[in-house]
Amino acid sequence: MRYIMKIDFPHRQSAHCENGVVSNLLRFQGYDFDEPMVFGIGSGIFFTYLPFIKMGGIPVTSYRIMPGAIFKRFSKRIGIKVESRTFSDQTKAMRELDIMLDRGIPVGMLTSVFYLTYLPDAYRFHFNAHNIVVYGREGNDYLVSDPVLDTVTTIASEDLVRARFAKGVAEPKGKMYYPVKLPGEYNIEEAIWRGIRRASNDMSRLPAPIFGTNGIRYLAGRMRRWPERLGDKKAIQYLGNVVRMQEEIGTGGAGFRFIYAAFLDKASQLLNNPELHELSLQLTEAGDRWRHFAYYAGRVCKSRKSDLLSFGELAEIITDCADREDRIFGRLYELSKNRK
Amino acid sequence: MKDEQVPQDDANLLQGKFKKLYYATDSKDHYTQVRSVGWEPENIVLMQAWEEINKKIEAARTRVLEGKASILLYHMERNQMDTSILAGYVGMPAWMVGLHMRPLFFNMLGLKTLDRYAYAFKMKTEDMIDINKIKSA
Repeated sequence: MRYIMKIDFPHRQSAHCENGVVSNLLRFQGYDFDEPMVFGIGSGIFFTYLPFIKMGGIPVTSYRIMPGAIFKRFSKRIGIKVESRTFSDQTKAMRELDIMLDRGIPVGMLTSVFYLTYLPDAYRFHFNAHNIVVYGREGNDYLVSDPVLDTVTTIASEDLVRARFAKGVAEPKGKMYYPVKLPGEYNIEEAIWRGIRRASNDMSRLPAPIFGTNGIRYLAGRMRRWPERLGDKKAIQYLGNVVRMQEEIGTGGAGFRFIYAAFLDKASQLLNNPELHELSLQLTEAGDRWRHFAYYAGRVCKSRKSDLLSFGELAEIITDCADREDRIFGRLYELSKNRK
Repeated sequence: MKDEQVPQDDANLLQGKFKKLYYATDSKDHYTQVRSVGWEPENIVLMQAWEEINKKIEAARTRVLEGKASILLYHMERNQMDTSILAGYVGMPAWMVGLHMRPLFFNMLGLKTLDRYAYAFKMKTEDMIDINKIKSA
């Protein structure tokens, strides 16, 4: 007989996997936080350029805080306790998953994109921090709610094991998690402002040159010199990676800027604060500049020529983004600090 | 970005499996969700990343066929791995995996070790070591 265990799970698509998993897991429990809310309260927006940490020979660029932090901050501010476990034994990890499913509890987990057979081939790289929810089992297949997909899907047990125990940078080690204590009472206003305060602080006030808006200017400075320092091939590769991290699935376009602007929009309605909507519009404009950068960079990549002039202009565009975001997040910090 | 400006540049990179979710503003400047099949700059840089991977795979194929590297090198590149990632999968130190990339050391490997590599590459051992299978079709 085919073993079937299926939980009624309210899957909804999101632009970013971590937001989506948190939002969907909470919706299952009857709490309605959409993706922008999770991202905003979890202070997801960020920027960092790390020339000394390379993946596949290319320096790391990130438009968001590190994986796992959104969930952590969000839980803290809304009063949720999350139980999280990692495993050294693959069989045990799968058995524990089955036990949770039998108890009717959908489980979030970390996986490597490379082994998620249901994704398009072009997107399957060794990226070890993709979040999905497993909400049931049918025979040898697991039922999966992957937030980047518009609908639910399945994966063979063998592939799920590989995805959960991928090796390399930041191994998931079979990590799985589920909320155990849900919010009784929480103050949404307080949570939103705390989220804003942390994000605006990290974007505009950290005294290190590689984080936040300083990080954007730092990247701009390095970028200007890529053509002469690295030569055509490497310079194009580096530039291509900056754009990939900005526009690939999971970023919502414009390196998460639009998702955060959507959060500010929603927050302005909830808190009846028109200035937050004004700042949302300004961040939308900054996001549009990032998109302009991507468009131009894409053409430079296509031409395969790295001339100093176009790299200089590209650096100019993101410097402008940094200036805009400095003003936006500086103001957000003031607002969050001075509120009574 | 306005909702009607969300690009729909399909390069079939999503293979029709799903559409991406974007956030964009409506006529009243409030955010809404729009689905998209892709955007040209992203398609360009993604394809460019794949070109690099494919170049490495082809270079590995040539080296293996010339007898300069063991067939493990080809399968490693095809799986987008390097010796340290592969070392994690087979449970051996990276330097040892590095040695196995050389024909001399590869030829001394026992079946048990080969099975471990084959499992890491998600293929049968006999297929993995069959050099005829990697001569370009």
